[in-house]
Amino acid sequence: MHVARLARLALSDDEIASLTKELGAILDHAAQVSALDTHAVEPTAHPLPLVNVLRPDEARPGLARDEVLAAAPAAEDGRFRVPRILGEAP
Amino acid sequence: MSDYETVIGLEVHVELATASKLFCGCPNEFGVEPNTNVCPVCLGLPGSLPVLNEKAVEYALRVAEALHLHVPERSVFSRKNYFYPDMPKNYQTSQYDLPFAIDGFIEVDGARIGITRAHLEEDTGKTSHMGGAGRIHGADFSLVDYNRAGVPLLEIVSEPDIRSSDQAKRYVDELRLTLLAVGVSDVKMEEGSMRVDANVSVRPSGSPELGTRAEIKNLNSLRSLVRAIEYEGERQWALVQAGEPVVQETRHWDEASGRTISGRSKEEAHDYRYFPEPDLVPVAPTEEMRAHVRATMPELPAARRARYVREWSIKEEDARILVDVPGLGEYAERAIASLDGGGTAKDVVNWVRQDVLAYVNETGLSPAVLSPEMLAELVALVSAGTISRNQAKDVLDESLREEKWPRDIVEVKGLAQVSDESSLTSAIDAVLAANPGFLEEYRAADDKARKKKRGFIMGEVMKALQGQGNAQVLNRLLDDRLGS
Amino acid sequence: MRAGRRRARDVLEEHLARVEEREPRIHAFNLVLADAARAAADAVDASDDKGPLAGVPVALKDNMCTRGVPTTCSSRILEDWRPPYDATVVARVRAAGGVVIGKTNLDEFAMGSSTENSAFGPTRNPHDLGRVPGGSSGGSAAAVAARLAPLALGSDTGGSIRQPAALCGVVGVKPTYGAVSRYGLVAFASSLDQIGPFAESVDDAALFLDAIWDHDPCDSTSLAGARPSLDSGSDVRGLRIGVIDEMVTGDGIEPAVRAAVSAAADGLASAGAKVDTVSLPSTQYGISAYYLIAPAEASSNLARYDGVRYGLRVDADDVALMNAATRDAGFGAEVKRRIMLGTYALSAGYYDAFYGQAQRVRTLIIRDFARAYERFDALLAPTSPTVAFEIGSKTADPLAMYLCDVCTVPVNLTGQPGMSVPFGASDGGLPIGVQVIAPALGEAVMFRVGRALEQLAPEAAPA
Repeated sequence: MHVARLARLALSDDEIASLTKELGAILDHAAQVSALDTHAVEPTAHPLPLVNVLRPDEARPGLARDEVLAAAPAAEDGRFRVPRILGEAP
Repeated sequence: MSDYETVIGLEVHVELATASKLFCGCPNEFGVEPNTNVCPVCLGLPGSLPVLNEKAVEYALRVAEALHLHVPERSVFSRKNYFYPDMPKNYQTSQYDLPFAIDGFIEVDGARIGITRAHLEEDTGKTSHMGGAGRIHGADFSLVDYNRAGVPLLEIVSEPDIRSSDQAKRYVDELRLTLLAVGVSDVKMEEGSMRVDANVSVRPSGSPELGTRAEIKNLNSLRSLVRAIEYEGERQWALVQAGEPVVQETRHWDEASGRTISGRSKEEAHDYRYFPEPDLVPVAPTEEMRAHVRATMPELPAARRARYVREWSIKEEDARILVDVPGLGEYAERAIASLDGGGTAKDVVNWVRQDVLAYVNETGLSPAVLSPEMLAELVALVSAGTISRNQAKDVLDESLREEKWPRDIVEVKGLAQVSDESSLTSAIDAVLAANPGFLEEYRAADDKARKKKRGFIMGEVMKALQGQGNAQVLNRLLDDRLGS
Repeated sequence: MRAGRRRARDVLEEHLARVEEREPRIHAFNLVLADAARAAADAVDASDDKGPLAGVPVALKDNMCTRGVPTTCSSRILEDWRPPYDATVVARVRAAGGVVIGKTNLDEFAMGSSTENSAFGPTRNPHDLGRVPGGSSGGSAAAVAARLAPLALGSDTGGSIRQPAALCGVVGVKPTYGAVSRYGLVAFASSLDQIGPFAESVDDAALFLDAIWDHDPCDSTSLAGARPSLDSGSDVRGLRIGVIDEMVTGDGIEPAVRAAVSAAADGLASAGAKVDTVSLPSTQYGISAYYLIAPAEASSNLARYDGVRYGLRVDADDVALMNAATRDAGFGAEVKRRIMLGTYALSAGYYDAFYGQAQRVRTLIIRDFARAYERFDALLAPTSPTVAFEIGSKTADPLAMYLCDVCTVPVNLTGQPGMSVPFGASDGGLPIGVQVIAPALGEAVMFRVGRALEQLAPEAAPA
């Protein structure tokens, strides 16, 4: 299932079956949005009309590395350890 | 002329030299211990939120101004969604459909290369592949360092206006110099603060149509860029001639084998699902911000070269050297400003582009640490005839190495030529007085004998001056005296 | 307590005693912080500097980061995670003298309307233990209703404060978007999420909101500048109040709820307000738009739970398989459903028809409200179409559960404030909430109407 791959979810066959059914019903309902004429209507991404929220370029110390790595499932040599990576970054 | 033409567009990622990262206050530093410059924001910890660095916006404005880009009223950050372990949130905050700046250009050797867009985005962390000789394929596992995650990047995308590997190199050179001049990045390819991807396609020479392009990644040096473009052009043209299609894809340059390798994975085509980043608000550079940037823009490399040629009457290629070598032009300018009547700008440039440049190359020193006033004094000494050009080479060398004033070196070593006319006249008088009857004999002699006698008396005068008489002046004075 | 009449420690012990007695049946908390709360209460008692919340026990929804204290979002994927930092709102609560008593249960990552989608089991409604408390902030609502804490914080993305407040018979407020910092609130849908208070009374809710409302430089969407006075009395004379027609007459609104809104409107009119009905036709598309926008943002916000940096990892042969296995094991069914829905709504070929169209509908809803505010100062609507429903009755039908939010999501889509005030009960004695909605930064009017409703409301049954 293409969407599950994009979402990086290893779904079981049962999950895929029930999700397909449920998502179908939900999407049918959601598709009601297409009933409205939105020709020449600007999309709203955000409820606030703010612009230019900026912070000064001041460096300050971050977190202690020990604390950061202690939360990691696996760490080694000051870094986060992950299983082998099969593809280059896109 | 070759039967095909390579069409190249470049995507250049530049790390901006801000003090802190793009969306958090972690230090933006290269080469520190792994995972020491990280915080909840750049680690993508649950609950953390980004806030945009104002300096990154100013730097982007500076680049836009330098590259003649139009900065729209507002730009918007989006999320580019894909999973990769070097990306803490598994999305990259970048600008997509509303980029920071659009439609600019840069002049490269008289040709205008279009710049499609420039946009701000965050850098990713770094993965190290362990086992399998450190390469991604065959590695046992990988280690991730997020110090670089969140470092501000400006991506500068050119139009497909570049036609050769050499022009691509020249484009990157000119872009580098321009970014250095506006002070936004240290643009070091070897440290990754400037990274280049190349979109390459081929077409029959003279064809107006664009071929299918491949995007070449992993170009870690200008040399790689040149080699990769040449390889890729040949590879694609061979396909075209064989009647095979060129595939639109990402290819990775392999330095060792000198080839580009298809990056196609078995994974599905990427679908980045861009949407507006709800945790950030639009950027709308104010007139005040724009005016500040315009008012503080330095002279750009192209303008500087033109000014040098115009004001100093030097050759274009000399001007190029002065601009290309960091600090060399500024050094020359200060030396020329210190000239005090003796010598010309052109004299200064001749010394700079040869002896000073050789010294700088040899020692690795920046011209900024040299004293341009010392060079100006040297030029004046030569111009006044105090020392010869040959002597001056040694004096300059010593002056640079020992940080000594040329006049002092000349004095200590007693190198100064005697050019003073009254001193030289006295010396001539003294020699003539010591050789009574010489003038009569000389005047009576024929041309051949005269020449010999003149040589003798010249030698005597030089001897009296311990070899430091200015030969040119001495000859003139002697001619006057001998009445020839 | 501020006047020094009662010791913070005594107040805390009373609440801890009730927690001990009632919590096993209700399951409002994921974690009770008795020792830390005692230390905090003692510190308040020892201090001369009494903040506005001095010594008041406060329950935090377990999606707000607490330094060194587990913050689970009721998800297996964050079960053992201890944040290295405090959310801004948590710091504000502490600075105001509030005593954090515990972390409350929620629908996993705040996705749900019943608190049944918790990896740690459902919370039960104190009014009827066989029924849900609403959600997603069901733990916080139940904690206040059962008097386990006088104040609690929730987060409201599509009604997650107001709906459980209504179902539990307490006051719940979703302030104007940007009023309370989101820094440290684990994100569900960033353009909709907003933190707000639960309290037993409108005045307490106002006091609490006033203490946590602040500009935060760590949140780009945090409001700066003038803020409304929440101490706005209860005088509604001359106020123009519109009853939202579509939300009263719509399908699925229970008669008792309809009757309560009607009684509330009559009461306000008798108190001197000018009450009329108003039509907001595009709000009927609120649910559809919301269930595209919120999952889309969520699909991206939840991508970070990949087993690399923190939280659960299920090992696998390569990193992509590890990510997928971890996420499959760590997320519950509803979270997966919404991630799938959101991923789909954003994917190539569907973006324009789904996410893009939903954003345009959002604009239309904003316009509808703007038009309404030309004629009205505040609006009245049900909070929830129904009273508390039985545990398990809607879990098999996600769409039916989504329709619980029909009256609340338009308020999130527009960024305006809304609050739920208890107003009467069903025949079975289950609480009903009436929703007051005001334009952005219109909290002064909203609280004024809320206080009036509180005074007009029939005597409520205690939980």
